[in-house]
Amino acid sequence: MRLLSLCSLAVVLLSCASTPHPVVRSEAPPDQGPGAEVHLLQRWAFGPSERDLAEVRRLGVRGWVEERLARKDAPVSAALEAKLQEFPTLTMSMTQLASDYPGKKEREQALLDGRELMRPVRIGLELSAAKVLRAVEGPNPLEEVLVDFWFNHFNVSADKGAVRWMVTSYERDAIRPHVFGRFRDLLEATARHPAMLFYLDNWRSTRDGMPKLGQRLTRRGVAPMMMEDDGDGDDEDPAESEPKPGLNENYARELLELHTLGVDGGYSQQDVREVARSFTGWSIRRPRREPEFVFRRRAHDMEAKQVLGQVIPARGGEADGEKVLDLLARHPATARHLATKLARRFVSDTPPPALVDRLAKVFLSSDGDLPTMYRALIDSPEFWAPEARGAKVKTPFEFVVSALRATGAQVEVRPRLVQALARMGEPLYRAPAPTGFPEVAAPWVNSGALVARLNFSLDLVSGRVPGARVSLASLATPSTPTAEAWVDTLGRALLGTTPSEETRATVLAALSKRTEAASAEGEPSPVDVQLVAGLLLGSPEFQRQ
Amino acid sequence: MSLLLSRRLLLRALGLSGVGLAFAPSLSNRALASPASRRTLVTVFLRGGVDGLSLVPPVEDAAYHRARPTLALRATGEGAALKLSGPFGLHPQLAPLMSLWNEGHLAVLHGVGLPTPVRSHFDAQDFVESGTPGRKSTPDGWLNRALSAEESAAPLRAVALQATLPRALFGDAGALAMGRLEEFRLRAGKRGAEATRGFAALYAGAVDQALRTTGQGAFDALSQLDEQHLARLPPTSGVEYPRGPLGQRLADIARLIRGDVGLEVAATEMGGWDTHAAQGAATGTFANRCTELAGALSAFARDVGPLLGRVTVVVLTEFGRTVRENGSRGTDHGVGSAMLVLGGGVKGGRVYGRFESLTPDRLQDGRDVPAWTDVRAPLAEVLSACRPGVDLTRVFPGFTPGPSLGLFA
Repeated sequence: MRLLSLCSLAVVLLSCASTPHPVVRSEAPPDQGPGAEVHLLQRWAFGPSERDLAEVRRLGVRGWVEERLARKDAPVSAALEAKLQEFPTLTMSMTQLASDYPGKKEREQALLDGRELMRPVRIGLELSAAKVLRAVEGPNPLEEVLVDFWFNHFNVSADKGAVRWMVTSYERDAIRPHVFGRFRDLLEATARHPAMLFYLDNWRSTRDGMPKLGQRLTRRGVAPMMMEDDGDGDDEDPAESEPKPGLNENYARELLELHTLGVDGGYSQQDVREVARSFTGWSIRRPRREPEFVFRRRAHDMEAKQVLGQVIPARGGEADGEKVLDLLARHPATARHLATKLARRFVSDTPPPALVDRLAKVFLSSDGDLPTMYRALIDSPEFWAPEARGAKVKTPFEFVVSALRATGAQVEVRPRLVQALARMGEPLYRAPAPTGFPEVAAPWVNSGALVARLNFSLDLVSGRVPGARVSLASLATPSTPTAEAWVDTLGRALLGTTPSEETRATVLAALSKRTEAASAEGEPSPVDVQLVAGLLLGSPEFQRQ
Repeated sequence: MSLLLSRRLLLRALGLSGVGLAFAPSLSNRALASPASRRTLVTVFLRGGVDGLSLVPPVEDAAYHRARPTLALRATGEGAALKLSGPFGLHPQLAPLMSLWNEGHLAVLHGVGLPTPVRSHFDAQDFVESGTPGRKSTPDGWLNRALSAEESAAPLRAVALQATLPRALFGDAGALAMGRLEEFRLRAGKRGAEATRGFAALYAGAVDQALRTTGQGAFDALSQLDEQHLARLPPTSGVEYPRGPLGQRLADIARLIRGDVGLEVAATEMGGWDTHAAQGAATGTFANRCTELAGALSAFARDVGPLLGRVTVVVLTEFGRTVRENGSRGTDHGVGSAMLVLGGGVKGGRVYGRFESLTPDRLQDGRDVPAWTDVRAPLAEVLSACRPGVDLTRVFPGFTPGPSLGLFA
């Protein structure tokens, strides 16, 4: 511990020496360097908002973090509560959603009966809107960051068939309750949730050599076990309802590669197969009508298995899967994989190996206690190191939310805002692969997406983003309304720090061109505040956190 | 052209900023990246699973007619399929493509699909586009891997004419997506010039190299499109695209090709092929999709005119559909489908690939046209023809192509 603070001290000294900006005195502990509050909020709160910045200053970095880890802070504000009330799907069960927001055929049938039902696309829009709102103005932005991180780690996509009716519950009931708990519990919550069972096909996986389930069973009133009406005609084929028994390895493979051990985690194709056999029978009662977990004894492979060298004795039934999860959740490769992912998300795209080593040890010694991992990250000198500051490029979601937070926008999310995110490459809840959205910069940095970001910046400050109102004057008003003063005050308000010399000069130059044009016509030129704000939000500095 | 423009833009930005920006303009190596032997590859992904047996019906096969009492297209008479070769016809609503067939610019590949049946749209599209069937965690797409082997700063080398970047273009090589060409611009209203200059200068001075390069690419592309007024370039005289998104998107791709912007790969898509019910035969739902598809492709071919020799278009889908029609006079998710390849160098006027009579004993799981040809085989040939020397082991890792199909001369 002493060694740690010595390192931190050295880091501070170095960062003080190298920073061109004056050191701002703050209440942050001295080992976190200047701008600690802003850096903390950049990574753990979708960027600074006026409220959260004040909170961190009041409580100190560690105090703010502890209060949020304990979920002891204020309840959802009345204003946010009212906005969330307008999204009825958020609190509905999967069964309710499937029956009230059904596919096309059922909607057409209902119309014939004189009832108009809602389209399932509403579910995704409401969920996305709530995600934006909670991130922008929710009481616990740290929780929202973690929900985003873990959802992405255990990704499912609403684009795949019946997942659209399950994704709300998946986030609400499987991910959110466990982000401050143990990894083992989070892992099992995802493994048992119909969204994951459907998304990675485990629900239809059976022991090899299982006979076809024929009409006989169906007539006896037992639901056909596979591929009942599992789609909307939009993805899975509803006509593909004949059971096609057999082992499906999809979940097993992603469980090892993505959720736990990692691609280089030292497992073999044989392990994938054995894991898949262990999870046979972990299924869904009926994906559309009764989307709930069911263990199908008949589909389960009762023979013994051997996973990563460990024997799972015969006749274990449903407990086989749990044993596999036990084994994986405490495996050193899992510790390393999760340590790498957390460090990549919260420190830098290429996290320092020493940090990953330490985090992996913390994971093992705490038995996968997630808050202990978060604390270890926040207490690490690597997190506060100068080279970590602003080292991450924001994802589109982080960019949009941080812009709304920085501008103090009044937000009522409309579909247009959600679509803007899709244009920047991040269609919420519809990440196209089980890997989720990328955690590193490269895939986000492309010309088309960049133009979309610049347009969002310009649209937001000129009131052209439907559902988001910004008042620049109330955000920052300089004592003297010169261009320089506006750039500095808006820069501090939006970037959380005085803009760099280059940014400042460039924005001023863009303004001066306009000023010259105006003064040529002999008029005094008011500062184009919207242009200043738009340039700052679209600037490379604001794309980073 | 764009290089000059971007330099000009950059110099303006530098002059305006009044500070020394640590920025060295990198030479665009477009000239190297697009040797004369290259062709532009255009992919049109038909989403929903195209019924290959209606697109290119085996009208001389009795088993086909037995399996499809109401959906089979006839060999002769009213609404008959257009005669191709062997047992095959072309859907009558694809008539606008017949001249390309007759001139030898259009080839058909039948019985093509994923090596292992995947009957979910989501998964099947994912496997086709990632180029790694069965492997879900591949982060990038086959088209992008074909480009990313070489560095290039050409801002418009890979463009998707659709709202979001398709999976096939995910990856390290800069690719951009735009719903329409005219949407790819800064919406800065009256302050357009200032905003453009301001952003260009900000990104020219970005500390982060990736942001700097991307910013440069974006502003190069913006200025290139803007100064050439490409978004408003009218189609070649006499060419009219059909209404609907596909026509508009192909028109935009034709603009990029005619504008000679250094386009190497373009991708677009068309939906509406998931014909579970009331599919129709010579007329109806499926036929209407064919009308739009053929109209747009034919207009595109005439629009690019002689440049078609420098372009190859591939029309593909995620899977075919069941051989037997279902109880709703539609078809369900199957395996093998048909693929169209047209443009320069194509040995057209032929139907490629193994294909057999559709008796149940020859079908995949007793119900589907098998994937007699792995979808990666024709894509690999197309890539080799468009980009000689492309490293196919990098584009399709783990895939060993069989004997050449011989799609190209």
